[in-house]
Amino acid sequence: MLHNCQNREELMKFLTKKSVDIRKKIIQLVVTAGGGHVGGGLSMTEILLTMYYHILNIDPKNPSKPDRDRFILSKGHGGVGICPVLADVGYYPEDMMMDFNQYLSPFGMHPDMKKVPGIDMSTGSLGHGLSISVGLAIGARLDKTSWRVFCLLGDGECNEGSVWEAAMAAHHYKLGNLIAIVDRNQHMLDGPTEKIMSLEPLEDKWKAFGFNTKVIKGHDYQELLDTFEKLPPATNENPVCIICNTVKGKGVSFMENEPKWHYGGLDEDAAKSAITDIDKMTL
Amino acid sequence: MGGLSYTIEDLNSMTQGQFFGQTIADLGKSDSSIVCLTADLAKSSKIGTFFSAFPERSFNMGIAEQNMVSVAAGLALAGKKPYVATFACFASMRAGEQVRTDICYPNLNVKIIGTHAGLSMGNGGTTHHATEDIGIMRTFANMTVTVPADGIETAKIIQACANHYGPLYMRIGRGLEPPAYETVDYNFKLGKAITMKEGSDISIIACGNCVKAAMDAADKLADTEGPRVRVINMHTIKPLDTETILKAAEETGTILTAEEHNILGGLGSAVAEVLAEAGVQCKFKRLGIPDVFSVIGYPDDLYGHYKIDMEGIADAVCEIMGVERKKIDEDAD
Ligand SMILES: Cc1ncc(C[n+]2csc(CCOP(=O)(O)OP(=O)(O)O)c2C)c(N)n1
Repeated sequence: MLHNCQNREELMKFLTKKSVDIRKKIIQLVVTAGGGHVGGGLSMTEILLTMYYHILNIDPKNPSKPDRDRFILSKGHGGVGICPVLADVGYYPEDMMMDFNQYLSPFGMHPDMKKVPGIDMSTGSLGHGLSISVGLAIGARLDKTSWRVFCLLGDGECNEGSVWEAAMAAHHYKLGNLIAIVDRNQHMLDGPTEKIMSLEPLEDKWKAFGFNTKVIKGHDYQELLDTFEKLPPATNENPVCIICNTVKGKGVSFMENEPKWHYGGLDEDAAKSAITDIDKMTL
Repeated sequence: MGGLSYTIEDLNSMTQGQFFGQTIADLGKSDSSIVCLTADLAKSSKIGTFFSAFPERSFNMGIAEQNMVSVAAGLALAGKKPYVATFACFASMRAGEQVRTDICYPNLNVKIIGTHAGLSMGNGGTTHHATEDIGIMRTFANMTVTVPADGIETAKIIQACANHYGPLYMRIGRGLEPPAYETVDYNFKLGKAITMKEGSDISIIACGNCVKAAMDAADKLADTEGPRVRVINMHTIKPLDTETILKAAEETGTILTAEEHNILGGLGSAVAEVLAEAGVQCKFKRLGIPDVFSVIGYPDDLYGHYKIDMEGIADAVCEIMGVERKKIDEDAD
């Protein structure tokens, strides 16, 4: 863990404050970058902060530490959502992101593992991450190591057949060291998931594919901590899927559940109003 | 035909995607067998214009491109005329085998529109760039491959689809760049290249965005009494207009190709095949992405970086002609 909190209460306070800080940084980054996938960036903030500050066994000073837990951002369009978190936990200085999206920058919309420290895999084409995670998890098994693989998927992304091919393989190869997390924000690009391509009953689907499943509130740190602190041991046989119910655009009133904020740009005024909202938000 | 009428004003105000959306919606009025499909990119690809006009004939398949393409094959088998639109990278690569095996192999009448092609996704990076699609699509037997130079040509290709049976791929960019044509009223025929500028010293054979860049380069060189450049718009990569290529080689002796694509496999390769097989001796160079995954940046930065913008093309002309590039002092007047 990358914090010094002594107990749950302190940790809750710490993470809750981080939620506000990181959201503001995401908004600022969208301004700097000239646009970004802000809606899905804001829906996964608590998931990422729980992972990077508390759950993952990682060392930002040594990003390629061999026995680290792996985190695969399968919804690779989450660049503006994840990059401020990686800076915050110390993978690189924040001002390295000043030229985000600009000519020759290491940072674009979809993070590149060859350019961004802390990124375990280059992603952006949806439906690849879980398969890659299966490969990593099998690799960990072959080496008899205990690190885990966490893979964050978009809910719309679960339309891709490859996600279910990977799920089938995760069960077949008994990969209890693999944890799929679904950012269930109910929206994809063209609109609500249940209107564009319905996913429900989503938990039953994962169950049927042999996963241990749990549905939690994805902005609620009590639930996130309870769930991820109590994962079955990595030696377990069943892969795990945690479906996190979230709100796309969480924290910014004019973005919440608004399909057009899947991707967008912000001028200074809009950014100001977003930041005012974030200061007032509750999780 | 769908009674299409665009004006000169449209040329500058509409993107390539908008021309596509508008034209397919127009064709839909007179042909009720047209059906449209997308994979969660109705808005981005602009096929959404058809979706709004004919919701009962429109199918958003979610983020599942492989399924979408095979579903389109099934619709074609059932007698429909499917048009499929998604980003070019996903149309050509994610669903590549479905395109080849389910559409090209049985020679089904499915039209595939790959949007945001080349480097037009700019800072979206490699996962969203498509610099391989021409190469991939042209190696599928039965496939027709088209690359319109701008919005009006996009409309003309979609109109031509009404009288064309079989698989056809059209790649378009974001189309925010200035148009290559100053008129909406010109003759367009699939497979017949268009000479945009006459010239006797060198020919640039270009497609897509590079057509306008090549025309601007030709003008710039003419202003400084540099080489006289012929510019050929090769809007159909397959079937390729070999006659126009060989004539250009014979008459100008030097050929430059320019495309927003890997120099391997695309227009440049196709032209080289024609020249080599005909035993034509000429100076030849391919401009494009030099077999690398692109750096990050806005599209214009990237066109400059890979020297397929006006400046890069003008420099390349001078280099291959062995002449020094003369520049007009812009501040002189
Ligand atoms: C294979 C593939 N198809 C299409 C896209 C374009 N695209 C980017 S984001 C997106 C919607 C993603 O929705 P979801 O997975 O629910 O993510 P979130 O709502 O969390 O942003 C689409 C279709 C893509 N990146 N990859």
